[in-house]
Amino acid sequence: MTSGQSGEPFDLVIEAGKVREFARATRSSNPAYRATGGAAPVTFLMSSELWTGPENAPWGDSPPSYERLLHGEQEFNFFGTPPRIGDHLTGITRVDKLYTKEGSRGGTMSFIETVTEYRRQGTDDVVAEVRSTLIVTGKAAS
Amino acid sequence: MTGILSWQDLAIGKELDAMVDRPLTVTDFVRYQGASGDMNPIHHDTEFAKKAGYPGPFAVGMLPAGIMATYVTDRFGTEAVRRFKVQFRELAWPHDVITYRGAVVALREVGGERLADLELAATRPNGEVHLRAWATVVVRLDSQ
Repeated sequence: MTSGQSGEPFDLVIEAGKVREFARATRSSNPAYRATGGAAPVTFLMSSELWTGPENAPWGDSPPSYERLLHGEQEFNFFGTPPRIGDHLTGITRVDKLYTKEGSRGGTMSFIETVTEYRRQGTDDVVAEVRSTLIVTGKAAS
Repeated sequence: MTGILSWQDLAIGKELDAMVDRPLTVTDFVRYQGASGDMNPIHHDTEFAKKAGYPGPFAVGMLPAGIMATYVTDRFGTEAVRRFKVQFRELAWPHDVITYRGAVVALREVGGERLADLELAATRPNGEVHLRAWATVVVRLDSQ
């Protein structure tokens, strides 16, 4: 894995049913998430998982191992209102930074920071940027 | 849901009303995992979690992160958030009752929009911080 490496672009459509499901899963009873053209939940772009395959991952076909993987940080930046129900977006994920730190409980920890940029389909307008920090631990954390 | 906060409701240092959630369950994890598509078995498969060295399945961090986002949108509206960052600290476990809190740390006007910066934390029943979060929200001028 090297920084700058990116996966293939992918489509993501903000669907009303998925927004309802996501809002319910995150304890929201806000009727705005059931409204036509309403904004999607703040962390909804996590569901990009459903729109992507190995070809869209920045690390190709050698993903970090689930058993040793912890989620360190997650950041969402919106350039205007968060994406709305009905929006068609194109995402592309790149490895932004790679570094290691000595952990007190997990041995040597490798950090992987990825950034996914979302553009309105067919335009160059970036509407959202999602940054993930993943930690690969030397042993199971406790 | 509570009422939407407006500019005159806010001041630097103002603490938002805390939200005490119901106990987390593995069903909550599964529901979130289905909604997000992240099916990492460590959050629902006991055998898998034990093999990886954990006592059992632990919370998928993006679930409390998503509930924290709900905490923010219930107070500022679903279209208000411009930035939301979470940092995961201690793991959360089934049966944990998580408390969500936040405070206003900055108020500013940028390009005609009134913005509030929030610092947020979700804590476990023993006081351990499960996650810290930071949000920037657009604030309405008047209550509606």
